[in-house]
Amino acid sequence: MDLSAINPILFIAGFFVAATPLIFAAIGELVVEKTGVLNLGVEGMMILGAICGFATAVETGSPALGFVAAAVGGAGLSLLFAFLTQVMLANQVASGLALTLFGLGFSALIGQSYVGVKPPRMGDIDFGPLAEIPVFGPILLTHDFMVYFGLALVIAVWATLKFTRLGLVLRAVGENHDAAHALGYKVIRIRIAAILFGGACAGLGGAYISLIRVPQWTEGMTAGIGWIALALVVFASWKPLRVLLGAYLFGGLVQLQLNLQGAGVAIPVEYLAMSPYVITIVVLVFLSRSKSAAPGSLSRIFHASS
Amino acid sequence: MTFTKRAVAKMLGGAMLAAGLATAAAAQDKTKVGFVYVGPVGDGGWTYEHNKGRLAVEEHFGDAVETVFVESVAEGPDSERVMTQMALDGADLIFTTSFGYMDATNNVAAKFPDVKFEHATGYKRLHPNVSTYSARFYEGRAIQGHIAGKMTESNIIGYIASYPIPEVIRGINSAFIHAQKVNPDVEFKIVWAYTWFDPAKEADAAKVLIDQGADVILQHTDSTAPQAAAQEAGNVVTFGQASDMAQYAPFPRVSSIIDDWAPYYIDRVQAVMDGTWESMDTWDGIGPGMVGIGEISDAVPADVKAEALAMKASLADGSYHAFTGPLSKQDGAQFLAEGETADDGMLAGMNFYVEGIDAEIPQ
Repeated sequence: MDLSAINPILFIAGFFVAATPLIFAAIGELVVEKTGVLNLGVEGMMILGAICGFATAVETGSPALGFVAAAVGGAGLSLLFAFLTQVMLANQVASGLALTLFGLGFSALIGQSYVGVKPPRMGDIDFGPLAEIPVFGPILLTHDFMVYFGLALVIAVWATLKFTRLGLVLRAVGENHDAAHALGYKVIRIRIAAILFGGACAGLGGAYISLIRVPQWTEGMTAGIGWIALALVVFASWKPLRVLLGAYLFGGLVQLQLNLQGAGVAIPVEYLAMSPYVITIVVLVFLSRSKSAAPGSLSRIFHASS
Repeated sequence: MTFTKRAVAKMLGGAMLAAGLATAAAAQDKTKVGFVYVGPVGDGGWTYEHNKGRLAVEEHFGDAVETVFVESVAEGPDSERVMTQMALDGADLIFTTSFGYMDATNNVAAKFPDVKFEHATGYKRLHPNVSTYSARFYEGRAIQGHIAGKMTESNIIGYIASYPIPEVIRGINSAFIHAQKVNPDVEFKIVWAYTWFDPAKEADAAKVLIDQGADVILQHTDSTAPQAAAQEAGNVVTFGQASDMAQYAPFPRVSSIIDDWAPYYIDRVQAVMDGTWESMDTWDGIGPGMVGIGEISDAVPADVKAEALAMKASLADGSYHAFTGPLSKQDGAQFLAEGETADDGMLAGMNFYVEGIDAEIPQ
């Protein structure tokens, strides 16, 4: 065993890369749940975003266009969910699960001709001399654009929900859709918009995996990250900044496991693999004491007549 | 509405499986050969090479054979279902191409005594209609170890291992023995990925090893993701695994171990056609051509390349064995005396690291 082999700076810098797909998927889902909709299709939207982004980046040679396509792809799939749950008033849990299954199958179908292809690379942002600052520079200033975009997105969502009228309306719809309706807000429209936002974010998270983290396309390559993102929203008790914290924690566990193995520490891999879920269950137990954390209308179906 | 969509998802899954077995309903007089793959045929590594073997069978026999395959079959009970379906659909010979199909292959073989089964990299032949075959990958590992030991500057070699089974442990030992022989200071860092194929995990593992100072990465997993990670890092040497992975040559990929299954597959299909097929265990290496060494690129210094090629020649003609004593286990107990070579039984059951590897095999 040789723990000194783990370079703490690179180890922490690795957190950012491991956490970014989680951050995107979770912050999108958080907004969706804040408006009272539970979309369990995160995994499906992520994997569809992963292949849409990958295919577009390969065809056009532009990773930036790839990310745009990933957002469109994720949002497109979430539109299906929006139609089912908001227009047809279908059960949200069942629709969300179906979305995941559909996304996994459909992405495999689209992706058949992209297996083994190398995507164009998105370079890291060059901060010039700033990146030379000891410790701070290598940890924070050596990443690609999407890492910073993810951070900015979390802060933007936090500020919007907390300080703006739009945030207040979103929360009102999620807490009590009948009251929001009585006040004249278009509950269905607001929810559909939120679902689309969530889909776009999940798509970006998926594309981050296929275009930057791996970078390659394979069937089912999101490998459960969408589910961890769902757990993360609960773990964060629907607070954006805690999503950030949780993403680093969950992403860090993966890094930690590989680093410990490389340093020769023999630990059963299974324990660390299940730890995000165990932590979430524990948090849920504590949360259940104060019922106020979850949005009041979460996963309840709204119809103006009721 | 929900129901409809779930049905669509189900149908889609069903349709994809059916596509794999699509050619099932054709004429019965042809010899029908089935292949069960653990990854997608486009993995660029292990399954890709098996599929090349399948295509070679088709090309060699033309209309006399018909091949079917199912890809990305999980090891375990699901593989049993896939094999049973193939046997029911009239396959005469089924190749199951991953270690984890071992018990499933024998179970299904018991139910279909007229169908021949060939299990790759396993050792169980419980029924007269089961054969096993494998390649002596460790011979290729010896050459990799030699090049790795010569080329590393940090003296740290990262190894992405899959599952702690003898085949993988043998490869680690063989690479280590030959790396240490040319570079006594060399150190192996081993990460167990617990998967044959998961690009995200393999990429993460490679990055962690590189972060920890490794400047050579060996992999016993099937995707090209570690190659991509090494290319990103810029100064890290890799080797193609199972397939040439030439798209990453000349650097980071400086050489490769290539599994060439085509001659064996053609032989065995011929044996079924002739009615001469019988249960046997085949374990071939560089000599018979089942293990190929991909072109050693110019990134390797000329003298190292010459030594590697000389080792390849001596492994091929049998004048050198990759496990030649004196060799000791981690606790210092000698298991091969001076000049003694490991027999196949010892190799097949190898469950210990050789002396000098500072790690433990996970249980």
